[in-house]
Amino acid sequence: MDIFGIPIQALMGQLLIGLINGSFYAILSLGLAIIFGLLNIINFAHGALYMMGAFCAWIGLTWLGLNYWVALIAVPVVVGAFGMLIERTMLKHLYQLDHLYGLLLTFGLALIIEGLFRYRFGISGESYPVPELLSGGFNLGFMFLPKYRAWVVAVSLVVCFGSWFIIERTKLGSYLRAGTENPQLLQAFGINVPLMITLTYGFGVALAALAGVLAAPVFQVNPVMGSNLIIVVFAVVVIGGMGSIMGSIVTGLGLGLIEGLTRVFYPEASAVVIFVIMGIVLLLRPAGLFGRER
Amino acid sequence: MKRKILGSAIAAAVAMAPALSPAATTVSDGIVKLGVLTDMSGTYSDLSGPGALEATKMAVEDFVAKEKPDFKIEVISADHQNKADISANKAREWFDTQKVDAIVDLVTTSTALAVMKVANEKSRISLISGAASTPITNEQCNDTTVHWTYDTYALPVGTAKAVVKQGGKNWYFITADYAFGHSLEKNTADVVTKSGGKVLGNVRHPFPGSDFSSFLLSAQASGAQVIGLANAGNDTMNSIKQAKEFGITPKQSLAGLLMFISDVHSLGLEATAGMYLTTGFYWDYNDETRAWSKRFFERMKRMPTMVQAGDYSATYHYLKAIKAAGTDEAKAVMAKMRDTPVNDFFAKNGKVRIDGRMVHDMYLAQVKKPSESKYPWDYYHIRQVIPGDEAYIPLAESKCPLVKK
Repeated sequence: MDIFGIPIQALMGQLLIGLINGSFYAILSLGLAIIFGLLNIINFAHGALYMMGAFCAWIGLTWLGLNYWVALIAVPVVVGAFGMLIERTMLKHLYQLDHLYGLLLTFGLALIIEGLFRYRFGISGESYPVPELLSGGFNLGFMFLPKYRAWVVAVSLVVCFGSWFIIERTKLGSYLRAGTENPQLLQAFGINVPLMITLTYGFGVALAALAGVLAAPVFQVNPVMGSNLIIVVFAVVVIGGMGSIMGSIVTGLGLGLIEGLTRVFYPEASAVVIFVIMGIVLLLRPAGLFGRER
Repeated sequence: MKRKILGSAIAAAVAMAPALSPAATTVSDGIVKLGVLTDMSGTYSDLSGPGALEATKMAVEDFVAKEKPDFKIEVISADHQNKADISANKAREWFDTQKVDAIVDLVTTSTALAVMKVANEKSRISLISGAASTPITNEQCNDTTVHWTYDTYALPVGTAKAVVKQGGKNWYFITADYAFGHSLEKNTADVVTKSGGKVLGNVRHPFPGSDFSSFLLSAQASGAQVIGLANAGNDTMNSIKQAKEFGITPKQSLAGLLMFISDVHSLGLEATAGMYLTTGFYWDYNDETRAWSKRFFERMKRMPTMVQAGDYSATYHYLKAIKAAGTDEAKAVMAKMRDTPVNDFFAKNGKVRIDGRMVHDMYLAQVKKPSESKYPWDYYHIRQVIPGDEAYIPLAESKCPLVKK
């Protein structure tokens, strides 16, 4: 059976791959959305921190002998702590200023981090092996699905919806949301808002690092892997609505699918399709698909 | 220019008057200045970059030690960031204010084309090693440019012929969607069809990309025996890595159409074993190449790529030509470079043609299996030596206006 001249099997395969890429978009844009929601910072260092996550996994494996499973937990903690350090020492001075200052600072940080890694590791980067347990794959009939990719989708869905649940459905989440709405009032209720902000930034960064660890066995680990991805992820956040948690998850997965479809029908356009959609969404719904006008 | 040379010749003559011998070289400003203009920090910095600078410096040191020239030599460098405008401006500045005599390396086609044009205007020499495309010695050729190491014509000749011969008749291309990728794909497809193979299809991916799985899936669905990767650098590396992940290799085989030893080193032999590639130089080919490469390794902690080895060879040949010509005037030096065969660890009986192409043997390499690799950087089996005349565009087919037909 064919759809527009494309065999349905090929189409299914491409959609599945779109979903896999969408999982990366979702996890990264979720981190951005959380940070923007509470800190009002457009975190341009997100790509560099994602790259750092991947490199830390590689360093752990090669220099310290820590396997993938350890890295999956340890790296987000380490990189998240690094994020908190950035927040405490630099970002916290910018909250009263325009968004632009945060953007510039984090953009500068991204360039510095990338430059340091490029200096140390060179541009070609390093190769991270797929963990033993997840190598090989399933034959789905219409395509060969590497086990590792299935794992990425599963982790991403659990993490994304877990985060959504915490933020939207728990008491802790309600503090976070209150902090977004009115930090002074929340402080008056005896909540340590600055600490909460630091932890939130750390959590957003940890998500980026987690995505980095997940990506390490899939992509060549190199210093520019983040900057290639970050622009797309920003587009995802804009389309979903800046700061909208559910928006970033759904849009991340959805745009992965759309990109996958474009790769079937007109591969040359697959790099731009997301930006075309972003343009249309900004024209019709400036606050994004899931965003609220402020 | 003429006046300048005359002026500096007089100055040099006055300065050296007491020791003046009839064979003394009249070098403008008394110094030969080489400018290494390359990608120092971007995509191509591993295959060229700081290593290219080091190789050029080694050539100068060796030349001074061995040939004891009566002129001074200096090497400077800059990062052209792979941008044509930056490189053209830098070259202009170097020629006008720094008195640079020749520019070395130039790693992307666009920068090479921009600089060789400026150099020609100012009557200075471009020694191109990094850039790949054929227009450098064809449509846009000029009489002060030498293209040393390889080009997009020579690369597929070895790889595609060999792979078709081994039974890989049906090809599918994964191509970077810009001029370089298209030209590499076209040249390869021509060789494949001429050798009796067939091209089943292609897919063009945006540049740069990171996820190649959808393109690989299309390649898989095509049922082709060979997937030709008409891309470079990180794109090639990610394609190879993901092909393995999706179980495409070893059922279908991959042909890397532009791969450097630095790529193989980064990816590791697990992912690349069995791949064919064409290279202009392999460090572990014979005693001479090993001896030089080990010296390079001591300085850079990496084995040289063909581009870096080519930089050395080109620089040395250029300096030798100045000594032989007794001047650093571009036209005279170029004539000497063309007249003298290139004989060093890099090339045997290499020849600089009128179109600027340095014709030398190329090597068809196959990447070793991890079990076959005995020591660090032991990566290739050299399967075949491709004679220079077969590897490069015959002069009869050249589109360079300097070639008289």
